[in-house]
Amino acid sequence: MSVTTTVCPGCAGTDRELRAAGRMPDVPTHDLILPTIHCLDCMRRVETALLQQPGVTAARVNLSRKRVAIAAEPGTDPAPWIAALNAIGFEAHEARAASGTANDSGLVLRLGIAGFAMMNVTLLSVAVWSGASDATRDLFHWIAALIAIPAALYCAQPFFDSARGALSRWQLNMDVPISLAIILACALSLYETMNSGAHAYFDAALSLTFFLLGGRVLEARMRSTARSAASDLAALEPRRVTRIEDGERISRSIDEIVVCDQLCLAAGSRVPVDGMLVSDSVQLDRSALTGESEPVSITEGSPVSAGEVALTGPVTIEASAVGEASSLRRMVQLASMAEAARNRYTALADRAAKLYAPLVHGLSFAAFVGWAWATGDFHKAAMIAISTLIITCPCALGLAVPAVSTVATGRLFRMGVLVKSETALERLAEIDTVFFDKTGTLTESALDIPDELEPSDRAILKTLASASMHPLSRSLLPALEDIPETPLDHIEEHTGQGVSAMADKTPVCLGSGAWLGTAAGTALRIGERVIPLTRIERPLPEARNLVETLQAQGLPVHLLTGDTVGNAERTAQKLGVDAVHAGMTPDEKLALVEKTQTKGARVLMVGDGLNDTLALTAAWASMAPGAALEASQNAADAVILSGRMAAMVDALRVARSARRRILENFGLAATYNAISIPLALAGFATPLMAALAMSTSSILVTLNALRAR
Amino acid sequence: MDVLLILVPCSLALGLLALVAFVWTLRSHQYDDLEGDQMRALDEYEAAPAPKD
Repeated sequence: MSVTTTVCPGCAGTDRELRAAGRMPDVPTHDLILPTIHCLDCMRRVETALLQQPGVTAARVNLSRKRVAIAAEPGTDPAPWIAALNAIGFEAHEARAASGTANDSGLVLRLGIAGFAMMNVTLLSVAVWSGASDATRDLFHWIAALIAIPAALYCAQPFFDSARGALSRWQLNMDVPISLAIILACALSLYETMNSGAHAYFDAALSLTFFLLGGRVLEARMRSTARSAASDLAALEPRRVTRIEDGERISRSIDEIVVCDQLCLAAGSRVPVDGMLVSDSVQLDRSALTGESEPVSITEGSPVSAGEVALTGPVTIEASAVGEASSLRRMVQLASMAEAARNRYTALADRAAKLYAPLVHGLSFAAFVGWAWATGDFHKAAMIAISTLIITCPCALGLAVPAVSTVATGRLFRMGVLVKSETALERLAEIDTVFFDKTGTLTESALDIPDELEPSDRAILKTLASASMHPLSRSLLPALEDIPETPLDHIEEHTGQGVSAMADKTPVCLGSGAWLGTAAGTALRIGERVIPLTRIERPLPEARNLVETLQAQGLPVHLLTGDTVGNAERTAQKLGVDAVHAGMTPDEKLALVEKTQTKGARVLMVGDGLNDTLALTAAWASMAPGAALEASQNAADAVILSGRMAAMVDALRVARSARRRILENFGLAATYNAISIPLALAGFATPLMAALAMSTSSILVTLNALRAR
Repeated sequence: MDVLLILVPCSLALGLLALVAFVWTLRSHQYDDLEGDQMRALDEYEAAPAPKD
């Protein structure tokens, strides 16, 4: 029977677009990140929309990675595609580099080969177990050896490499007993086969390899998903900037910017590089760098730093430091230096391995010596020692951690929490104090409506505010909830400036102060009257609830901020936190975290600003919101992508549940060993027993992992 | 027991066939997007005649 591709008659009439949609481009030239896609319909709409763009020859969405790979002319500016996707309601960002495919295919191939070999060899073994004897048994053993030895040697390569690495540093890791068991099982079985022995452990060597590779594949998948999601986050940073070239504004990639280039920034955009202001004046939001919530006004010639947000605009700046030299980069480097401190944490699996390896090796050695001394039969003693080593081999131990982490991180990813570091879940489960940075995590910027504003003006303000998607204008709406909207004509949104409309022949506008001709940052204009709206900072709607939930779990909540004492106290009172530390510089935050931890506390630091980066790295565990700067996200163990800070509580709950499951799995593995070791030591172990015990314990551990929620 | 001479190579050949099929699926990127593919399987869009708009 030949395998042919099924061709549906209905497909014959489809046009080029529909056939190219959903096909993997041979050589993807562009990658777009689509943080909001979640279903088949989304995938379909994105692919069709992209294929309608000129120049796009193929597009395929990868839902697991929330990306779309596009084939087009290399070097094409993806801006129009992003605009087209935005127009149909999808957020899209350009990825830094067109990604290849997942790089775990080597491991998956090994897993497949191990699976193939395991099934065939087990099939032969079943015949032996059910009574094949003499020449038939020897034949089956020889065939099994022919399959098993090359397969095991190839498939277990990752374990051998890691074991060799550990041994060359005079250390023992989990891979040392694994490699030893696989090699000895093959060697012993080969010896038995050559001497027409009854017991060959070829199937055990292969199922060991198979199950443990399964754990490795899960681990690698998890890590590559986290890594690609983390690099996607980095792409949310400004990648394209507007450079002024001979008076013209041209969109350029940030990597093309050099010192002395003049860049144009729209109001509300983040400053991409360090520079100097060329325009007359600008209001800057420096909260990401310093933590202060009040906007700062600067004038021509003053320096601006990457990471600040221009609140008014458009403005022109001249680049003075780009790339590695910019202040943003320097902070990232500082953070990566502090990171070394965190690597001292030993994962649960490694701690288990430290206990396990000497115990098992000791036992097998003791078995060999004991049996050799008691019976004088070296062959029998070696048989028993090796079967002990095989039967105790950490199948369940090897799966215990990766199975749980995969389930838990997958669940959290769907809840909008990205777990970046491998030991993050374990550390999150252990924290006993929570430090919050104030700005961006518990509070948001909002516009304050003056109390004396007339109800009719409030109605106009409400209609104008709801016409724009700008976060500041959205922030006005909760305060205007019970005011009816006034119908307005000719509502128009002016990018970077504001919204204008006509109310009964009176022009009304809501927008930036510069646009409306006033010194205030934002203002409302009705006819000739200009009403300034001041920027204030207010707690996020869910913040109080979040703080209370954490306190109810017995976690003291501290507020850390670079803001003034007055502002900090006000927010602290509204939220009911246990302690507040105001006016903190980044170094002071770091010192506070370290001081608290030397007293034995384990701190969870939650922050979004550059000023928190050091504290984030020093803390026992750390989290950052998805809107945080790249540097903070790099430093954090977990990133809350959904923008819903309450997901923090879910993350802590899943982390604790995952830790419990891991410990239970260790318990299961220990129980299984407690039963099998005496049997093996007594010399009752058979290949059939080893096969049964190994698969049962692996399946039990995997099933238990599914309970992590 | 002569039947083994046929059955054993047969079982091995079938196993190898499955392995080759697996390597093919791996090479053609069928494990890259498990979440997306499980949805695409339910997609009637490509099988149905293209809507004219």
